[in-house]
Amino acid sequence: MMETALRSELRKQGIFLTTLEELYNWGRKNSVWPLGFGLACCAIEMIAASMARWDLARFGAEVFRPSPRQADLMVVAGTVTKKMAPQVVRLYNQMAEPKYVIAMGACAISGGPFKQGYNVLKGIDRYLPVDVHIPGCPPRPEALLHAFMTLQQKIAAQPLTGPHRPRHLIAAAPSEYPIPEFGAHDLVPPNNPEIWQPPSITPAA
Amino acid sequence: MSIAAATNGKRHRLVPPPSPADGALGELLEISMGPQHPSTHGVFRMNLVLDGERVVKLKPVFGYLHRNHEKIAESMSYLGSMPYTDRLDYFCSLTNNWAYALAVEKLAGLQVPERAEYIRVITAELTRLQNHACLGGFLLQDMGASGTPLMYAFREREKILDLFEALTGARMMCNYMRFGGCRCDLPPGWREQAQRLVAEFPAFLDEFEALLNENEILMARTQGVGVLPASLAVNASISGPMLRASGVNYDIRKVDRYGIYDRFDFQVPLGEHGDVYDRYMVRILEMRESLKILRAALADLPEGPIMDPKARLRGFRPKPGEAYGRIEAPKGELGFYLISEGGPHPYRYRVRPPSFINLTILEDMCLGQLVADVVIILGSVDIVLGEVDR
Repeated sequence: MMETALRSELRKQGIFLTTLEELYNWGRKNSVWPLGFGLACCAIEMIAASMARWDLARFGAEVFRPSPRQADLMVVAGTVTKKMAPQVVRLYNQMAEPKYVIAMGACAISGGPFKQGYNVLKGIDRYLPVDVHIPGCPPRPEALLHAFMTLQQKIAAQPLTGPHRPRHLIAAAPSEYPIPEFGAHDLVPPNNPEIWQPPSITPAA
Repeated sequence: MSIAAATNGKRHRLVPPPSPADGALGELLEISMGPQHPSTHGVFRMNLVLDGERVVKLKPVFGYLHRNHEKIAESMSYLGSMPYTDRLDYFCSLTNNWAYALAVEKLAGLQVPERAEYIRVITAELTRLQNHACLGGFLLQDMGASGTPLMYAFREREKILDLFEALTGARMMCNYMRFGGCRCDLPPGWREQAQRLVAEFPAFLDEFEALLNENEILMARTQGVGVLPASLAVNASISGPMLRASGVNYDIRKVDRYGIYDRFDFQVPLGEHGDVYDRYMVRILEMRESLKILRAALADLPEGPIMDPKARLRGFRPKPGEAYGRIEAPKGELGFYLISEGGPHPYRYRVRPPSFINLTILEDMCLGQLVADVVIILGSVDIVLGEVDR
């Protein structure tokens, strides 16, 4: 591996050196296509972020695809109700690897202001592996841009080999997650135990 | 101004879509449209039965965004429900605030000071401007005008949201009105900024209209499509621009004269055909009328307090009774029905959402139409799922 100082010195001389891993990740991180999929209020801010003022196109992410087969990123923008949760997981399963999830807004993170209601899922991370959480109700478009940049950093830092390689390069890693069903009272199962478990409460001493 | 005058009376030559001569149906195809569909404006689903391209049956499926708004409100204090009303129709949080505040003020007998009434009218009409502009953008996007009209509409919307943000601290979820007035006074320079916006907005409308009103494709796609007869509209209690596009002169700003709307001189634009085109045009013309109200309200804005001195924030317990407050929200009649038992929570809290009730005649408008037109008929109803499912 070349030293950073030497490489930047060579770049000053007009010699561009890179690694295959960097080049590959550079391409991946600058063409993240989101799924055109809005659930509630946050979707309007997501649309606003893709319009002229904030211009999501600067990040290579303005191509909202209507089909999950063509999308790399799912922005869960809004309240996930118990009726909608199975469809969200199904859409995620239909996306091709590599795929990423941004949970946008208080509702997608935790149920938000509607958490006490009987029909709202208390966070989509109970069923899907979320890469970036954005707080806010709704988050401003700047916050969504920050989430995109965070996701880009995450993609750029993924090594292609070794134990920390991205999930889509690990043959045994799951690409699909079980779809919950509406049972007698609630979604069954209430969460995917492989990716989320209720926090344990230790009794006060 | 009537639609015919605004468009020089132009009408596209109507070519009725071919229909089977004997009314016989071919092989039927059942499809489910939604809840993830680029043009269902959220998470709405329609189960369609098609004969070729023609709709034979349409069954709407609701509830993908049911967030228990009414049930939560029954265990909340009256003021605690105010932020939740923002999230009903998330394009128009300020008009939602107003309708709820109006209902509670009726219940508790509060008087709104003059300045607060003016601020309410100004914010509500700004909300109407941005809602109708965005609706035009979304409707045209559904027709295949990818991006451009929506970009133009959102450019104007951002200017209005800047005003909201300066006034209330939030772009979308304003949570601004209080029982007996408004939460805070206008910041310095706000009125001038709003006046500048009102002066510049007609240029956007001129551009939008010049590009679209007499556009051959727009006329061909929308004229004679999704016709809603006035009798059906009245019987189904349709309200707002949907009703007026069918030619029924009913605007709650004129009928109830709530707030101080009797002081302003404005017309109610009416359609005559009740099709998608008239619904689009009624909204465009309504924006012009909103600008008239805004100009007058911003010029006359008096000084004074913005809260009723009798209003109490803490320990607010209205007398037992019931009240229904309604306003002309951008989408139609938005009403809140409250029953108080004298406690800190409402006993019953009911929202009369315009989007939901305007959606009930969707099948009547879509029967016999082509499946591609279902998308624009739905778009012209102007629904927001937060309000439909609550």
